[in-house]
Amino acid sequence: MSGWFFIRLYTIGVYLFMFLPVGVVVLLSFNSSQFGSFPMEGLSLRWFVELWNNDAIIRAFRVSLLLGALAAVISTALGVLAALALVRYRFRGKNAITTLLIAPILIPEVVLAVALLLFLRWLSLPRSFVLLLLGHVIFTLPFVLLVVQARLVAIRREYEEAALSLGAGPVQTFFAVTLPLLMPAVFAGMIFAFTVSFDDITGTMFWKPGGVETVPTQIFAMLRNSISPEINALGTVMIAMTVALPVLGMAVARWMAARRG
Amino acid sequence: MGEPAGSARPFILLSPALGAITFLLIVPVFFVLVYSFWLRSSVGAEIPGFHLDNWREVIGDAFYRHILFSTLRIGAITTVLCALLGYVPAYFIAMSKTRHRTLLLLLLILPFWISYIIRTMSWINILGVSGAVNQVLMALGLVSEPVQMLYNEATVILGLVHFLLPFMVLNVYVSLDAIDPNLADASRSLGATDFQTFREVTLPLSLPGLAAGGLLCFVLAAGTYITPLVLGGPRDAMFANLVFEAIITQLNWPLGSALSIVLLLVLGSIVTVYNRLVGLGQIAKSFG
Repeated sequence: MSGWFFIRLYTIGVYLFMFLPVGVVVLLSFNSSQFGSFPMEGLSLRWFVELWNNDAIIRAFRVSLLLGALAAVISTALGVLAALALVRYRFRGKNAITTLLIAPILIPEVVLAVALLLFLRWLSLPRSFVLLLLGHVIFTLPFVLLVVQARLVAIRREYEEAALSLGAGPVQTFFAVTLPLLMPAVFAGMIFAFTVSFDDITGTMFWKPGGVETVPTQIFAMLRNSISPEINALGTVMIAMTVALPVLGMAVARWMAARRG
Repeated sequence: MGEPAGSARPFILLSPALGAITFLLIVPVFFVLVYSFWLRSSVGAEIPGFHLDNWREVIGDAFYRHILFSTLRIGAITTVLCALLGYVPAYFIAMSKTRHRTLLLLLLILPFWISYIIRTMSWINILGVSGAVNQVLMALGLVSEPVQMLYNEATVILGLVHFLLPFMVLNVYVSLDAIDPNLADASRSLGATDFQTFREVTLPLSLPGLAAGGLLCFVLAAGTYITPLVLGGPRDAMFANLVFEAIITQLNWPLGSALSIVLLLVLGSIVTVYNRLVGLGQIAKSFG
């Protein structure tokens, strides 16, 4: 079994490569030294306190949270409706429409960013929060669609057919049967969309109005100077958030599935 | 199954999403194409019309060609490294019979959720002048002064591999997990060694996943401008950096448009070829 031993060693190596740099960020965020680098001088929470007192960062957090929440709700609404049509109905041109709907992740995000910016500029609309939101909705829509579509395929049609045959209308059937069954997927799609939006920097750098920063663009702006311990602390907060959120999401999805029996 | 063909209902359900894609993506991309034929006057105003000047510059200038080739090279190297680094862990998780498989899988998906900019900048802590590696080298007395390891093409590739590896691992895992284990058993019972079984049965059956992961890695790597800005030097600009530079810094919209169209055509043609050969459905499987 020396082959398997080698594979295991290789895998451990790759995991270390993935997690070591991230671990160093977390470690350094607790460094009491005034430079954001080694050596570790002592453990301290001072950089988290500084973070909390940094207005620019708190503002960026507010923008990112609002943007992510709105983008997630809108793209999930659009994505669920589209997934229903694609999975539950037969019609011509389905493949072409599917490709069109996932196009935002197939074309380079830079091109997406330029296109939207240029179009709104042509309409004489300046950069604004709305532009940022529209961009994030377009960019997160394919992720929601793919997640919801994958789950919807697994939900048996018989439940819906039973409701329809018992006299419920299509809208009533959707709200009474399909949606409750689909809730874990809707939830998963929403969290996915939120995280993608919260993490986005490529498009956001094009779309954001002057003076408005999201958390990633704020970090990027702070990197211009030098790596300060505050960035490591901010990174630790982001890691804690982005790791906790999907775990929480999975727990809720599982709880919802378990409650239904 | 399904509703009778010709019903309007699916199109009503699709209309919000299709409307959004049409007005926020398709029409805008068309505008980029139109803009690429406009001109920018010396005072900064745009002159509508059908001018080939931007295109002559983008296609004729050796500078742009050089950056395009180095972008494709960086994308290709990143993809190969992701495949080499990503296949083995995916194989390990798919084939292992431990109870901790779910945990391993969770760990595998975890980096997806950790911020791109944080993961990119985390390498500054490792390789920077006062980073971990330099501290170790100095402590061991191997060097007397910190070594400058950052801000070159190699660190750009390193950052991209670190960012894109989970895409590769997940896609390969999905295709390996779907292989019927009886096939490998049958191969072994017919006298093939483990390695022969891997080469003749498992590897060919996992190629669609490898291709899907490779496409994502290549397209995402070749379309980035953030990683070169954070981990690259002034000479490591990639093609998307040119777009960013033209649009945001120089406000030269027509030139930025032409550059965008070039990037779209180059990467779009790769996606199209992939769609013909493998089909985009393979990527969707990772979301199941």
